[in-house]
Amino acid sequence: MTALLQVEDVHKAFGGLHALSGASLTVEEGSISGLIGPNGSGKTTLFNVVTGYERPDSGAVRLRGEPITGLRPDRVFARGLARTFQLSRIFSRLSVLENMLVATQRDEGWLRGVFRDAGSPAERARALELLEFIGIAELASLPAGNLSYGQRKLLELAYVLVADPDVILLDEPAGGVNPTLVNQIADRIRELNRSGKTFLVVEHDLGFVMDLCGTVTVLDQGQSLCSGAPEEVRRDPAVLDAYLGGADEDGDELEDAAEVLR
Amino acid sequence: MVAATLAVTAGFVLFPLVFSNPTTTSIAFFALVYMVSATAWNLFSGFSGYIALGHAVFFGVGAYTLAVAAEKLHVAAGWLPFALVPLAGLVAGLIAIPFGLIALRTRRHTFVVITIAIFFIFQLLAFNLTFTGGSSGLQTPFPLWTAVGYNQRFYYVALAVLIVTVAVTVVVRRSRLGLQLLAIRDDEDRALGLGVRTGRVKLFAFVLSAIPIGMIGAVYTYFLGQIFPQFAFDPLFDITIALMAFFGGLATIVGPLLGALVLESMQQEFTLRFSAGGGTYLIAYGAVFLVVILFMPRGVVPTLRDALANARARHVGGPGVRVQAPLRGRP
Amino acid sequence: MGSQYAQAVVDGVLTGGVYALMAAGLTLIFGVMDIINIAQGILVVLSAYLSYVLSVHLGLDLFVTLVVTVPALFVLGVAVERLFIRRLPDRDRTAMSILVTYAVAIVIEGILIQVFGTTPVQLHAPYVDQSVHVFGFYLPYIYLYGFLLAVVLLGLLYALIYMTRFGQALRAALQDRRAAELIGIEVDKVRTLTFGIGVAVTAAGGMVFGATNTFNPNSGYDLISRLLTIIILGGLGSIGGAMAAAVFMLVLEDVVAVAWSPIWSTLVFFAVLVIVLTVKPNGLFGHEAVRAQ
Repeated sequence: MTALLQVEDVHKAFGGLHALSGASLTVEEGSISGLIGPNGSGKTTLFNVVTGYERPDSGAVRLRGEPITGLRPDRVFARGLARTFQLSRIFSRLSVLENMLVATQRDEGWLRGVFRDAGSPAERARALELLEFIGIAELASLPAGNLSYGQRKLLELAYVLVADPDVILLDEPAGGVNPTLVNQIADRIRELNRSGKTFLVVEHDLGFVMDLCGTVTVLDQGQSLCSGAPEEVRRDPAVLDAYLGGADEDGDELEDAAEVLR
Repeated sequence: MVAATLAVTAGFVLFPLVFSNPTTTSIAFFALVYMVSATAWNLFSGFSGYIALGHAVFFGVGAYTLAVAAEKLHVAAGWLPFALVPLAGLVAGLIAIPFGLIALRTRRHTFVVITIAIFFIFQLLAFNLTFTGGSSGLQTPFPLWTAVGYNQRFYYVALAVLIVTVAVTVVVRRSRLGLQLLAIRDDEDRALGLGVRTGRVKLFAFVLSAIPIGMIGAVYTYFLGQIFPQFAFDPLFDITIALMAFFGGLATIVGPLLGALVLESMQQEFTLRFSAGGGTYLIAYGAVFLVVILFMPRGVVPTLRDALANARARHVGGPGVRVQAPLRGRP
Repeated sequence: MGSQYAQAVVDGVLTGGVYALMAAGLTLIFGVMDIINIAQGILVVLSAYLSYVLSVHLGLDLFVTLVVTVPALFVLGVAVERLFIRRLPDRDRTAMSILVTYAVAIVIEGILIQVFGTTPVQLHAPYVDQSVHVFGFYLPYIYLYGFLLAVVLLGLLYALIYMTRFGQALRAALQDRRAAELIGIEVDKVRTLTFGIGVAVTAAGGMVFGATNTFNPNSGYDLISRLLTIIILGGLGSIGGAMAAAVFMLVLEDVVAVAWSPIWSTLVFFAVLVIVLTVKPNGLFGHEAVRAQ
């Protein structure tokens, strides 16, 4: 498998706060990879750096081998890398369908298209198809601001798919969502993965991550701790240490924690 | 919808023929000037959410372009100077490019201030440069038409500019540009992450909004026969058109038109009762402004629209109302 | 010729101090409330008129009038905040605040025109027209006193913000509104008081402004545009930045007036803003906050 997305030794500091101090990560093409770590470990900052919302102080980000470090978010999206946000961001004064139409197609020429209709029949059909796939098609004409939290998460997942990205970064897709919906989301992710899309998922719900992801990377205090299959990572003492923080002389806290993480 | 639009347009076309009293048509002309300006301003600020308070620059640039061009090219009074109106729009549009490139790099609150700063720069330039005539301003050719005919001709020119402006706004509203602007208004960073070229979109809309204002500034100047820096670059102009668009409803098509009509009539009323620029005029003006902003923050049109939608929704189960299927997966 | 420049620099520093005071209030209000108070300019003029009335009709010394004007402006600030600023919606808060405070400014300007007319006036005192001759420089007494006043008040402001419990609450609200609320700080009260303080501080500046310039109700526009320029250059919300920017801009303006002419010096004021923002969109000392809307 080829490495689709590579993050190499990224450093990012905000004033005196070192959010990332040597974060590295590889996402294989066609995989569903996970990124976990305790609060404040820098997961969202890493997402921001990868997608162009922040410029790293040092380090590199590569997509298909080509550097995309420091590119603005719209350019990153145009290369086939999309993301969702932790607190679902939608265009609240637009209808659900209009939300779907905002995402620009990958090779859209700008000036020529500027006055054309907001959504061609083909684009609208595809948007409805995606809404159908995600499960919120009947909300299409509602203002997005009227949607519930769970519905917004689904909408955000739907509209990043419009431009057919190759890699999708999901920031806490299961956060604050009821269990049935969580399963629905996981199913959709697997389905999309089977059709060729690569995912990188940040999630606090460790069960969700362990279940869904083939590879998991652990981030702690801005550094990558380890990376591997979920079972390996789960048992790694350094990982448990990061989550639990304290020294543990006889290893029984470790056992308890391992129990928790199961 | 189309029928209503045609009827209204017909009404506007026939108006000065029916009510040909020059006082009335004068007021109607001024109303048109504000309708154009508020609609054009809304095209940028209403749709994108970036409140600009410097569009008076384009008005003034258009005004001076006509005055200077008429003088340098020795244009005779009559219909000919109207040919300079598109030129005025073009020049305003060109000025909008560097203006926009500088101002749009900043966040929203800084943006407002920088538009104000650039406005003052232009006002100072107008006062101090020789080719603008300094503080005594410039004259424009003065056509010798009858009072009735004079007003009617200017009215129709202004109406033509208005029709074009509204048409452009409608096209933009339905287009990708419009959608992207509205997305920027709601969440610019999210739009950026979906591939929207926010810089270009904003600049394009900004320049587009400058052109009608430049044109109507030229028409206005020709109507008055002269232009001074404080009228060409008047800070109250900016706040007035913002208020009009606000009152009617930002990001709607009808909103600025309605707002301009209502508030311009009010303004004329105030001018009759209180002397313009005098204390009581400003007090009344500011008070209305405050009331509108604080108690009708979304404007008349959206509020009415919502009220209608709510009234319809109350007839649950009536014909034509779709009952919503529950969301799959929700308990 | 060199001494002319030196004198210009000195003048700039002294007037810069007063502008620093007025700008500090404005930027403080923004920092805590995310609000740009466009009325600040006309409030300066209002306080100048108040000092004028008190000095002309009651014969009070200009600095003594401050005892009345500063508290009066504080109360007015609190009233404006309660009546109008409180009602601002949360969405597009800053843009709305600009429109609302602009409207308030227009109303105040109207009132001033009604009461005082448009004839320019100026505050007078024996020391206004006199200077002290030091090291070859002329330091007009009024500028000197004004500068000292500015230093004292800014010092008091600093003490208030960094050494009192209210100041703690203020800084907390400045950093993170929600967190401040969660730990029990009454953010609403802090905001109201901050607005009042921000306005009151400019009252002091207003007296010096009125003594060193002729003014009328229309003077508000020029003032607010300068103050806005200063706080943006200094970085919105940064008091230290506002102070540095104020001194810098006033010195620059005075130097340009000597080098070219007074006409262009005003232009330079705004031109510098435009140039700086082209290069550093967040001002000289501003920082790129994580972008919310």
